[in-house]
Amino acid sequence: MSTLSEQILGAPAGTYVDREVDIAFAHDGTGVLAREALREMGVERLPHPERLRLIFDHIVPANTGTTATLQAELREYARVSGIELSDAGGGICHQVMSEGVVLPGTIVVGADSHTCTLGAFGAFATGVGATDMAAVWASGATWFRVPETIAVNLSGRLSGAAEPKDVALAYVAKLGMEGATYRALEFAGDGAATISMDGRLTLCNMAVETGAKTGMFYADPVTVRYLVDYGVAPSPQVPEDCCYERTVDIDLGGIVPLVAVPHRVDTVREAEEVAGTHLDQVFVGTCTNGRYEDLARFARIVRGKKVAVRTVVVPASRAVLSRAIATGVLADIVDAGCMVAPPGCGPCLGAHAGVLGEGEVCLSTANRNFKNRMGVGGEIYLSSVATAAASAIAGEITVPEVA
Amino acid sequence: MQGVGPAVCLGRDIDTDLIIAGRYLRTKDRSVWAEHAFEDLDPALAGRLRGSVIVAGRNMGCGSSREQAVVALREAGVVGVVAESFARIFFRNAVNVGLPVIEASVACTDGARIAFDLDAGWVEVDGERYPARPLSPKMVAILRAGGLAPYWRSC
Repeated sequence: MSTLSEQILGAPAGTYVDREVDIAFAHDGTGVLAREALREMGVERLPHPERLRLIFDHIVPANTGTTATLQAELREYARVSGIELSDAGGGICHQVMSEGVVLPGTIVVGADSHTCTLGAFGAFATGVGATDMAAVWASGATWFRVPETIAVNLSGRLSGAAEPKDVALAYVAKLGMEGATYRALEFAGDGAATISMDGRLTLCNMAVETGAKTGMFYADPVTVRYLVDYGVAPSPQVPEDCCYERTVDIDLGGIVPLVAVPHRVDTVREAEEVAGTHLDQVFVGTCTNGRYEDLARFARIVRGKKVAVRTVVVPASRAVLSRAIATGVLADIVDAGCMVAPPGCGPCLGAHAGVLGEGEVCLSTANRNFKNRMGVGGEIYLSSVATAAASAIAGEITVPEVA
Repeated sequence: MQGVGPAVCLGRDIDTDLIIAGRYLRTKDRSVWAEHAFEDLDPALAGRLRGSVIVAGRNMGCGSSREQAVVALREAGVVGVVAESFARIFFRNAVNVGLPVIEASVACTDGARIAFDLDAGWVEVDGERYPARPLSPKMVAILRAGGLAPYWRSC
């Protein structure tokens, strides 16, 4: 009996396998290096351009002439090679791929560490480097070591002000920053069915923060309903009675708002414990928490109020932005005094659009609070959207009220 | 495949943002990455890398998939990276760009003479030998070729 990784890769844990990939994507950062590596490999013709995507998200629109030139070269390469391009403004690669592209049971590689996000569909999705991506461009295939699997057994359902991000912080704290290195995480248990697709994407997104190769949910009726809206009708996946390396239990009903404090993702406190921490900026967005549900949750809390601190909101994709406009969510956010930046990664990686100054403190809904990541001397706290919203209004870290 | 050099000791959980910060990524000029390697950890460190062997603790290279991190170290003249354990993308990237990576648990003193042999699977610290986890023959072949791109051309 097999884990989901073993089912999809078709071999037992520990085996090295060569596999054709169904979808491979790179972004404006890693794509440049993949193109360079491909040149060094001496490969000119791509055997399977239809499997490949280039998605501009990391620094969009370009912040400097150099960035713009690199993007222009890559844009031109996409045109001549036949790789489909999602240009600046389309959104974050993982979000764009989650909008009806990645399907259950497929093998997906992305030249970005958070590719594990897409395991939420019951796909085997993992991050690779740029040279590995070039090899995929050149051959349509890559090698994998079939991972051992750690089960994250979810029971009950979320209550109070807790949301999927708090569950993500809880399991990262439990496993630690290397607790799942080389492993896959499978989110299972009767609580899994209570988590929406947007929430599952949040949970799988942070798998890499434990060192994991991917995080996965079995495709179930929630997955099917979500994909049907994109015109796809996949079959649910059936969990087999399999052997996990170990199981981590999380009682969803016991989850409270949490905050990861500088500079480690696995140093997690109850929001209550760090309440009152002064903030210079709040950032809502990223491949962790920039989806429609996140923006809607944020808007519900800030509606009719004013934020007391510089607040940057970045929708994860054009589709998310468009829906937030249509439903009035965006107006609530803007009227509350927030800045809204174009769909993409925003300031998460410290390159533009909200970089921190020396000594500044940011509460962010992203996935990493590494030292200096968002700017030299800046401090990053990570939280849920609800905690970010309550904190933006108060100007300091604040426990969100129960909705 | 062997290497030798003075140790540069680092701690555990060294993330790729610390190896090369996001603000330096948007260029194809590899010397920029070498020049700014570890800048946010210790600005003096980049000057000590040429000919050295980095010795790190657990979870070396965690975080972003940015290949600039391993290229920065290679371009800075790092002979190899020994760590108690590696983050998986960093490990694969290192092999792919021809930077030797050696998984071994060793006590580190800055400047100690570190030698390693990838085929035989050992690391020496000032002459004292420790076992290293062996790499697959294919990984050693890729490293010997100088990375995946030259290896690909030779196949």
